[in-house]
Parts: sequence; C-alpha cells; structure tokens
Amino acid sequence: MAEITIQNLVKTYPGQTERATDDVSLHVDDGEFMVLLGPSGCGKTTLLRMVAGLELPDAGSVHIGGRDVTYLPPNKRNLSMVFQSYAVFPHRRVRHNIGFGLAMAKVPKAEIEKKVAWAADLLQLGPYLDRYPAQLSGGQRQRVAVARAIVMDADVLLMDEPLSNLDALLRLGFRAELKRIVEQIGTTTLYVTHDQVEALSLGDRIAVMRTGQVAQLGRPIEVYDHPSDTFVGGFIGSPPMNFLDAMAHGGVDGGVDGGTITVGDAKLPAPGGLPDGPVRLGIRAEAISVVDAHTEGAVPAMVDVVEPLGAATLLTVRVGEQEVKVQVPPDVNVRNGQTVHLSLTPRAMRLYDAETGLGLDLR
Amino acid sequence: MTSAETSAETSARPAAVPRPQPAVDTAPLRALRRRRALLQVACWVVTAFMVVPVYLIALAAFSSRSALNEFPLRFLPTSFSTETMSTFLSSTGVLAGLINSIMVGLLTLVVSFLIGVPAGYAIARFAFRGHDQYQLFLLFTRALPIVVLSVPLAQLFLSTGVYDTPLAVTLLHSALALPTTILLTSAVFLAVPVDAEEAARIFGCTPVGAFTRVVLPLALPGIAAASIFTFVMSWNEVLGATILTLNQRTLPAQVLSSLSDSPLAFRFAGGFFLIIPAIVFIAVMRRYLLNMWGTTIR
Ligand SMILES: Nc1ncnc2c1ncn2[C@@H]1O[C@H](COP(=O)(O)OP(=O)(O)OP(=O)(O)O)[C@@H](O)[C@H]1O
Ligand SMILES: [Mg+2]
Repeated sequence: MAEITIQNLVKTYPGQTERATDDVSLHVDDGEFMVLLGPSGCGKTTLLRMVAGLELPDAGSVHIGGRDVTYLPPNKRNLSMVFQSYAVFPHRRVRHNIGFGLAMAKVPKAEIEKKVAWAADLLQLGPYLDRYPAQLSGGQRQRVAVARAIVMDADVLLMDEPLSNLDALLRLGFRAELKRIVEQIGTTTLYVTHDQVEALSLGDRIAVMRTGQVAQLGRPIEVYDHPSDTFVGGFIGSPPMNFLDAMAHGGVDGGVDGGTITVGDAKLPAPGGLPDGPVRLGIRAEAISVVDAHTEGAVPAMVDVVEPLGAATLLTVRVGEQEVKVQVPPDVNVRNGQTVHLSLTPRAMRLYDAETGLGLDLR
Repeated sequence: MTSAETSAETSARPAAVPRPQPAVDTAPLRALRRRRALLQVACWVVTAFMVVPVYLIALAAFSSRSALNEFPLRFLPTSFSTETMSTFLSSTGVLAGLINSIMVGLLTLVVSFLIGVPAGYAIARFAFRGHDQYQLFLLFTRALPIVVLSVPLAQLFLSTGVYDTPLAVTLLHSALALPTTILLTSAVFLAVPVDAEEAARIFGCTPVGAFTRVVLPLALPGIAAASIFTFVMSWNEVLGATILTLNQRTLPAQVLSSLSDSPLAFRFAGGFFLIIPAIVFIAVMRRYLLNMWGTTIR
C-alpha cells in the first residue's frame, strides 16, 4: 500500500520532437483508484511506463510510498502491471503465467496454487489453466494478463486498458468485479483507458489527458458536470457536451444575476460578471428539454435525426447553423424536419472562452 | 428387413430422372490442384537432388571392393559389406581426426556463442552509437579469404606455441563463425517480444533473470538453428584447419590430405563418414527448431 507522487514528468522519445508527456504532475492517494483517460496517443501508456520504471523520464520524479523510485529498476518498485499488449509469456502455461510473479517472490507453492485458482475463478479462466497462450483467444489472453497482475500483493497496480478486448457482457461484469477486488485489497491503482464509461464508473478520480498534459483532474461527477475546458467536455459523455456559439452581456458589474446570453435569437439569463463578447456555451444533451413555443427563453430548432435508444431518444437538431444533441424521454413524439423549441437548464450551462476554450469559472 | 423387401422397394421407385445440373466451373480449383501437384513434384526433385548423392556414397561405402569395380554399378545394395568402412576407420589418423573435429566443432560453438549471443542481444535491444556500422563491419571479417587470415595466424600461433593444436583451429573457426552467429542471434532476439521481457522485469526479475527465464527460452529455436550453422561450418572448414595444423588434423583435413593416394573405396568411406556427424547434429537440434509451445515465434 502506497501513495504515488508524480512530479513534473517530461518525456520525449528519442528521435521525436513532440513531448510524449509534458510536465505531468499527479498525486494518487494510498488505496485510491485513479483513472487516466484520454484520446489515443496522448501519453497515457508513456506515463504508466515511467511509473513502472520501463521508461526513464527526461526530467521530473516519481515517488511511491514516499520513496524516490524515478531511476529504480522495475523489479525494485514492488508493483504489478497489466500491459496494453498483454505481454503474457508464450512459453509458459496459463497456470505458470499467472503464478509467475509469485514464484519470483518465492511464495510457497501451495499458496501460489491457491491464488492462481482464485484468480482463474474470478476471470473465468479455469478450463484454460493448462494451455499455452497461443491456444487462447485475445480476450482470454488479456484475462490471463489481468489475473497475473491481481494475484500479486503489490503496492501499486498499473493497468493499461485491461478490458479493451473483452466482449460487452464480460466487460460489464468484470468492471464491477474489478472495482470490488481493488476496494477489497486496497491497492493503489493507476488505470489507463480511453473508454469514458469505464473511467466514470471505476475511478475515484479521473485525470483527463491531452497531448501529454493533464487537462483536468477530479472526481468523475465533477469532470462530467464541470469540464474545465471544451476539450474535456467534448471528450467525456456520450453524446459529448454540446457547444454553442453565443454572445454574453455582462450586465451590471459584479451583479449576481444581471447578465444575459444570446443564442441565436433567444436571450437566456446568465450569471453576472461576464465580459461582453462571444463565448462558447456548453450544455449536456440531457440538460436540454423540448418545450412548447411559448416558454420564456425557448430556443427554436429544426429536427435533423431521431435516434430511439430505448431508455431515451436522442435528437440531433439544428440551431441556426449549429448542430445540437438533445436527449428526450422516449415518449416525446417528434419527426424529422419538425421545428421544436428547446429549453436549456440554466444550472447545467457552462461557459467557455470563445478563443481558448478554457472554462470561465463563474460557479 | 429381408432382401426381397428391399428389392421391392427399389423397384417401386420411379426410374431416376436425370436432373439437369447447373454447370459448375471447376477450372480454378483444378488449376490450383495442378499447381499444388507441380509444387509437390518440385519438392521431390529437390529432395532427390540432395539425397541421391548421399545414397550413392553410402552405397559405395558399404559395398565390397569387388562390387565397386563391377560395371554397370548397381543401384540397390546387393553385396553389403562393412569391410571398406572398417578399413577406413582403423586407418591411421582417422579416429584422432574425428575426435579433433568434434572437439573443435563444440569448442567453436561454445566460444562463438559466449561472445556472439550477448553481442546479438545488444544489437537487437539497444540503440547505441555506431549500431549500424558495427553490423556492417562484422561482415568484413568474412570478406577476407581464409588463406589471408590463416597465414598470419599460423605465424602468430607458432610464436605463441598454439600452433598445431585443436585450440588454434577453434580460434580461427570462432572468428569465422562470429559474424553469422551475431547477426543470426540478433535476428532471433528481435523476434522475441520486448513486452514479455518487460513483464518479467515488472514481476520481479533482474535483467539477467528476465533474459534466462523469458528471452532465452523464447529464442531457443533460433539459437538452435544458429548452432547448427556454426557447427557444420566448423566441421566442413578444411583450408584453415590444414594450414594451422600438422599432426593434430581435423577429420576433413586428415581425409583431404590422404585422399589423393587412397583407393577409391577409401574415398567413398571417408566421404560418407564426413556426412554423418553433421546429419546427426542437425537431427538433434531439429527438435528445438520445431514449435514448442503451440507456436513458433513469428
Ligand atoms: N517507443 C516510442 N518511440 C517514439 N515515440 C513513441 C514511442 N511510444 C510512444 N510514442 C509516441 O508518444 C506519444 C504517446 O504515446 P502513448 O503510447 O503514451 O499513447 P497512449 O495515450 O497510451 O495512446 P493509446 O490510447 O493509443 O494507447 C504518441 O504520440 C506516440 O506516437
Ligand atoms: Mg496506450
């Protein structure tokens, strides 16, 4: 059990000009489940590998449990890892793959067998224990990699997209199971994914990364409700946050609710203290509702696409030239080409700088 | 059911109406089969090309002397005799030469692998200054003719007292084998997935531990192939071995030097005997070439 402190890690791969991680600092508390989330190529794996000791940073430091491990070899860090590429040992049977780390740590045979059986049961690998990895499917191999990592009583558990190759059902089941195990053994976990549902459901906190930097760090609900910039809002959530071009009018200086925002022709109330000028208005699909035409502040829109999703219906509508996703209850009856009126929940509106995309923090 | 019933049933059926079958174009399939057959034939031809001389030598080596002089020669073993073979084996220098050859072959294997495997690993895994130049430079040793290498070596060995020992030949053969050993093993190590090695490090192995527990087992088939190559090269090398020894000859050098003034039968026996160890060595190492864990690496 240990906390991880990452300070100002900079890494540029040899022969590259762009930094794979650019001055990343991150603190993971003892026993915390931290999720690294971000688009492909943003440096998640690189960061994880530096914590693991497989890659040396150009600058910065990594502390695990208060110990400086920046330049310590991987085997001296007491951690365990699931590789994005699985990295199971082709020449060892599943049983010995899972027990490899324990055998290296000279754990008694009987205990290894017990733990292997436990992990195999958990990951439904029982029938395959005596096979070689080449005789397994991709998803089964991935489960071997996960099993190999969770049997270790390591200080830190690093997981690089450990569920990416499982079918939807298995993934759903295992996601809950994983959360339970990790809570049970209380290992500090750094978990990489680009699946935002996984991130929201698993993480105690989420670090959203973009081009080698942490764009936002916070609890899942914070990140979901208050994206720090348009990138995070646009990356998290399904569908992602809507962004509309709007004009802000600050109103009375420092006034609490004196401001207004103009979207198309509609004037909406807004918090005061806004600078006059263009802003980006961010709002989630489920915070928009379809209302009748006479409602105060309703924004007219044209329905483009209607997608029934079962639990809800997703509308793609057009406000002026801008496309907006709206999530409505399944019983709302709309057709293509119809004009509807939208009401935006004021509490759910987030405002961003029109140029930088950074949040205008008015909370 | 009795046979009477069966026949009744058959006759009751309406006469088979030949239903028109839609024409199926089986030409592509037949063409494919034809090509496969041709490939088979080609394989047999190549195999025959390799095996027939070996067979003929073996036949001659195990025929009596009189049978060898008959005309036309028989293609089937009619007069089996170990007479020629035993004469050859008991003639002076053959047994000593055999021992020398095996010793030199194995020593060459040890020396060239002790140096070559780590070098191959370094080329495969590490980016260092002069990496590519080093690889190219390795091949230059093979660009020098063996004679050019051997004569100065003989001089050197004479003055250091190594001349005319198996060690002298071993040193030459190791130098000759090293470039191929290094390049072959580096190719083998390149094929071993890096992440498996990294996983071993994560799960508690030291660099050496990761190498012996994960990399080496995975590289074994390729290393076996490289060892065949090295051993057979050492076994067959005559020129350098002849220059560097006088009395402590390796078998091929021994046979070669006594070949010109030997009877025909003796030559066949010598030829056959030279083939055997290489074949045995290949047969032993072949086990490691085959897939071991349900897969060969790439
Ligand atoms: N060995 C390497 N050599 C050079 N560049 C690399 C190397 N590994 C990664 N990179 C680069 O570093 C950046 C970050 O890569 P990284 O593997 O950390 O991304 P990631 O966030 O894990 O992406 P993904 O979700 O696709 O796995 C990428 O731009 C990538 O091209
Ligand atoms: Mg990655």
